Amino acid sequence: MLNIRDLQASAGSRQILKGINLVVNPGEVHAIMGPNGSGKSTLAGVLAGRDGFEVTGGTVDFKGQDLLDLEPEQRAREGLFLAFQYPVEIPGVNNAYLLKAALNEVRKHRGEPELDAMDFMAVARERMKMLEMDDAFLNRPVNDGFSGGEKKRNEIFQLAVLEPSLAVLDETDSGLDIDALKIVATGVNALRNSDRAIVVVTHYQRLLNYIVPDFVHVLAGGRIVKSGGKELALELEDKGYGWLEPAPVAAEV
Amino acid sequence: MTQIATEASYANQFADLQKKAPLPGCLGALRDDAFGCFDRLGFPTKRLESWRFTNVAPIAETTFVQPTDQQDYTRDALNAMGLPKLGGVEFVFLNGTYAPSLSTIDGLPDGVRVRSLGTVLDNDPDTVIPHLGRIARFEHQAFTALNTAFLRDGAVVEVPEGVVVGEPIHLMFITSSTGLPALCQPRVLVIAGATSQVQVVESHAGTDVASYLNNTVTEVSVGDQAAVDHYTIVLEGESAFRVGNLQASVGRASNFSSHTITLSGAIVRNEASVVLEGEGGECTLNGLYLASGRQLVDNQTTIDHARPHCDSHELYKGVLDGQSSAVFNGKIVVRLDAQKTDAKQSNKALLLSEDAQVTTKPQLEIFADDVKCTHGATVGQLDPDSLFYLRSRALSEQQARQMLIHAFAADLLGHIKVGAIRQQLDSILLDRLPVLAGS
Repeated sequence: MLNIRDLQASAGSRQILKGINLVVNPGEVHAIMGPNGSGKSTLAGVLAGRDGFEVTGGTVDFKGQDLLDLEPEQRAREGLFLAFQYPVEIPGVNNAYLLKAALNEVRKHRGEPELDAMDFMAVARERMKMLEMDDAFLNRPVNDGFSGGEKKRNEIFQLAVLEPSLAVLDETDSGLDIDALKIVATGVNALRNSDRAIVVVTHYQRLLNYIVPDFVHVLAGGRIVKSGGKELALELEDKGYGWLEPAPVAAEV
Repeated sequence: MTQIATEASYANQFADLQKKAPLPGCLGALRDDAFGCFDRLGFPTKRLESWRFTNVAPIAETTFVQPTDQQDYTRDALNAMGLPKLGGVEFVFLNGTYAPSLSTIDGLPDGVRVRSLGTVLDNDPDTVIPHLGRIARFEHQAFTALNTAFLRDGAVVEVPEGVVVGEPIHLMFITSSTGLPALCQPRVLVIAGATSQVQVVESHAGTDVASYLNNTVTEVSVGDQAAVDHYTIVLEGESAFRVGNLQASVGRASNFSSHTITLSGAIVRNEASVVLEGEGGECTLNGLYLASGRQLVDNQTTIDHARPHCDSHELYKGVLDGQSSAVFNGKIVVRLDAQKTDAKQSNKALLLSEDAQVTTKPQLEIFADDVKCTHGATVGQLDPDSLFYLRSRALSEQQARQMLIHAFAADLLGHIKVGAIRQQLDSILLDRLPVLAGS
């Protein structure tokens, strides 16, 4: 599904990704762990097509297409979903309005008929139940005035409605209390299936107790320095990142 | 045409009007005074502080002429103008003159009168004499003086004490001229008695690409404990000039709101002034403008807190594209006697292009010492993080821009109390978005 080869990217004059190699197949859950500044969020951003990064080398193949050649909206329509580390507050844009527009763009692209308001609400309500979200959520402006936990839950709710083939969760666990973390993890687990791949980007092992990955990769200094099974996450929890780092890591992100 | 020549032309037109359609007694004198004032003031220049950023030379150098003949204009043509359709009373003016055949006046509550100013001046001048020229002073305002000098037609809305008018009263001013650059100077007078309630919508629209000047004056008298909501919707032709002056006098414990929505016109100047003349009054002055191309939109507001315990809320928002420009000047005066005033003013502009510009100036003159007055102004662009967020949710860049522009602008419409007006304006706004979001 996703094949990243020797991906290199910079922000301004700073080289952040220095040759990432990663293959993700349908049905797999991969965790990418690493200390601050290791390039985790840059990798997520480059995959989603965020401005501000320059890809300086390598290729990313997504379902047979050159992902880096696509606009962000084309990537989304092809089935890539990024759950933001910092979801953006958009006052004045209603949650339901955005999500219905988004879902219909995806459906149009897949050659499926667009949903009307009634059908959309039926889909939305069902997914909200799964995430233990209140209906009132739908009529609030996107992320505006949401607590940190509500924002993250909203990201997973969007994921559940849009049903992408590849979901990248960028530090979805950060700022969540344990109850919210469990709800989010339950939602993500419910979306696991043999056609869908999930990449969980995280700093901490805690989330991986609830979303159990098939593979764990350690990113440090812009490279994947170690890959393994889910035990690797526990080892990292135990020993920290220090023993894996190839070079001192920049203090800032 | 030079400015001197155009001013001479207005002198001729004025002499002609006074000869052919004289007004009795003090109203005739009012016209004379007003023309004297206009003659003395001349068109404003950029040397005047309140006109510093609005160059009216294109208006001053064109000879605009009051159209004399009423051409054929059908209800179908009116329906095609894109004005809000609110149902209820529609009082239509064509080139500044009342057009009874295009109007519908049914279903008004007992005692409520909507009449043309022409009719009132002919048959019942005593109704308007106490108000005309008293609320909208013209001594320092050349355009208001010019309008008053040519006092001839317009709308008079009277709501007697205690009457609540449920449906909005819609005044439509259409300019559709075939000949010389047209001069339309309608006058509106709204008299709301004590404890009455009414909503008045003024729509100003033009059909032609030809240049014209729509110079309007609206006077609103809000009786004690009355509630008046006024809406101005500007849909003038693309080469049109509009100068509108809305003046309201608000009585004790009354509520007045004004929403000015500017959607088109080459040069649009909207002035709105409210005097809170009684204790415990409240006023809201809101405005929204969309400007593109080389449009200039100038909003000038004054809220005069003359008495204690009055609240005022003011929010103006603008979206500017192309090489358009906008001016906002918000003056708030708090008189010595007006303790416990609570005044809030906010002005926000969204610039969609490098060449668009906005000049914003809050002006607070506070003479009382126990008051709350706040003001704020922001000028910004579409947020790139928001755009990326929406695009990452499968929306095209165009859709994402439209969604964000709409969110910015619709925030203002959210303050409109009447659902029908809000929805109609929202759909007009949505129609306009592709143009703004496309660049």
